[in-house]
Amino acid sequence: MTEFWGFERPDGSVGVRNHLLVLTPMDCSYEPARKIAAQVEGAVAVTQHHGCGYDEMVANALIGTGRNPNVAGVLLVGLGCESLTSEILAEGIRPTGKPVEILVIQEEGGTLRTMERGVRILQGMAQDVADLKREPFPLSRLKLAVECGGSDATSGLAANPAVGVAADMLIDEGGTVIFGETQEMTGTQHILARRAIDEEVGKAIHAMIGRQEARMRAMGVDSRFMSKGNVEGGLTTIEEKSLGAIRKGGTRPIQGVLENSRAGLDYPSRPGLWLQDGTGWDVPSVTHMVAAGAQVVAFTSGRGSTTGHAIAPVLKVTGNPKTYEKMRDNMDINAGTVLDGSESLRSVGERIFGAIVEVASGRKTKAEALGYQDFIVYSTSRIAERLLGFC
Amino acid sequence: MKKAIQIDEKDNVATVTSDVETGETVEVLSPDGEAIGMPKLLDPVPFGHKLALVNLEKGDRVIKYGEVIGVAAKAIRVGEWVHVHNVESATVPTSAYKGERG
Repeated sequence: MTEFWGFERPDGSVGVRNHLLVLTPMDCSYEPARKIAAQVEGAVAVTQHHGCGYDEMVANALIGTGRNPNVAGVLLVGLGCESLTSEILAEGIRPTGKPVEILVIQEEGGTLRTMERGVRILQGMAQDVADLKREPFPLSRLKLAVECGGSDATSGLAANPAVGVAADMLIDEGGTVIFGETQEMTGTQHILARRAIDEEVGKAIHAMIGRQEARMRAMGVDSRFMSKGNVEGGLTTIEEKSLGAIRKGGTRPIQGVLENSRAGLDYPSRPGLWLQDGTGWDVPSVTHMVAAGAQVVAFTSGRGSTTGHAIAPVLKVTGNPKTYEKMRDNMDINAGTVLDGSESLRSVGERIFGAIVEVASGRKTKAEALGYQDFIVYSTSRIAERLLGFC
Repeated sequence: MKKAIQIDEKDNVATVTSDVETGETVEVLSPDGEAIGMPKLLDPVPFGHKLALVNLEKGDRVIKYGEVIGVAAKAIRVGEWVHVHNVESATVPTSAYKGERG
């Protein structure tokens, strides 16, 4: 049995990082939050840009991020007049048992007082966190999110199938894998539904992809069509294109669809492969899979995406050997060795699996070493969802 | 020798990893890296495109990623280029891609 070395949290979950999260309910309080985080090692500040009204999807994503086991402690910094209050977020995070503190700028008496208290609170948390030690845990405590961005013809050929091999290996050792990007599943609902553990999950998959196709139709787009560039690149049917994307999730049975909407944010309730109903935009997709509990991300990119994440290590895998050579600063894994036959898909997959375990045990990814802290909360349009009858 | 990759062992097509000309042979590698055939190309096949690993009759399923990506619209021989000119999707008619799409 493979083990990884992580930090156990009071609720029994296991973090692979020890971040302190300075969380702001909306962007009005982000500047002081960012400056507070900058004073304390391991701290990171995040916000969202959907306004200060109560948006369930935004609230769920922020709460999920605070709950993620990679976060050791949370400092909420609010302004004071928002409807999406720090208290609402704190209530969602506190059941994990990790320290959660709140500062409200209008109550503290301005930016400077908030910053001073904030730095002191965070520094105290940092000292407590420094005492935590990594311990070995089975892979049944690890959740991996898989994502792709900046794809090219090598993505479906090398990087995605190789990450899929690693995903299968993780699940076979009792782990959990989450993949999303509903829009990229068009034309494969019957295939995904066949892989579902039961009929109910199959229906949920059809419903999820059907909703996304309806959204696209409402925008005047038939998502079953590919672009001219896709066809010139060698993709023959929409099934082939979508299968190339979903292959990064591997081939194991699908346990269920994770709600990621105004109705709620689901966390995987048991190990195995899960689908998250999410956006095809890569950084928010990663943000919402991490909010659903993923501690590590494997991200494939043919052309060379550079993004990371605020609280989760993002391992970059490229199937394009030229991109790997040109962007070694950003790319962790070269899956392009498959193209000249010097390495098999299985062998690259095993290498990725090994890297995932090492990263989960503390090795920094390239994106982490470069200080990438990407975080974008996504929300659907309430107007569109209501008009389509989805909420 | 130029290579073609079989992504799933159930696949009856493989993807070439460089441009291949008519008459050239390619080594087909399984997901485990084993050489499983050396077909001679009946058409030029560009990088990232597919060739048939077995003879397919009209209506036979074309399998990649271990799943059906479409059906043969006509007979396809081993080593033939497999693309929108000889495969139909179950979802969107590939004829949509053969000419200019509206």
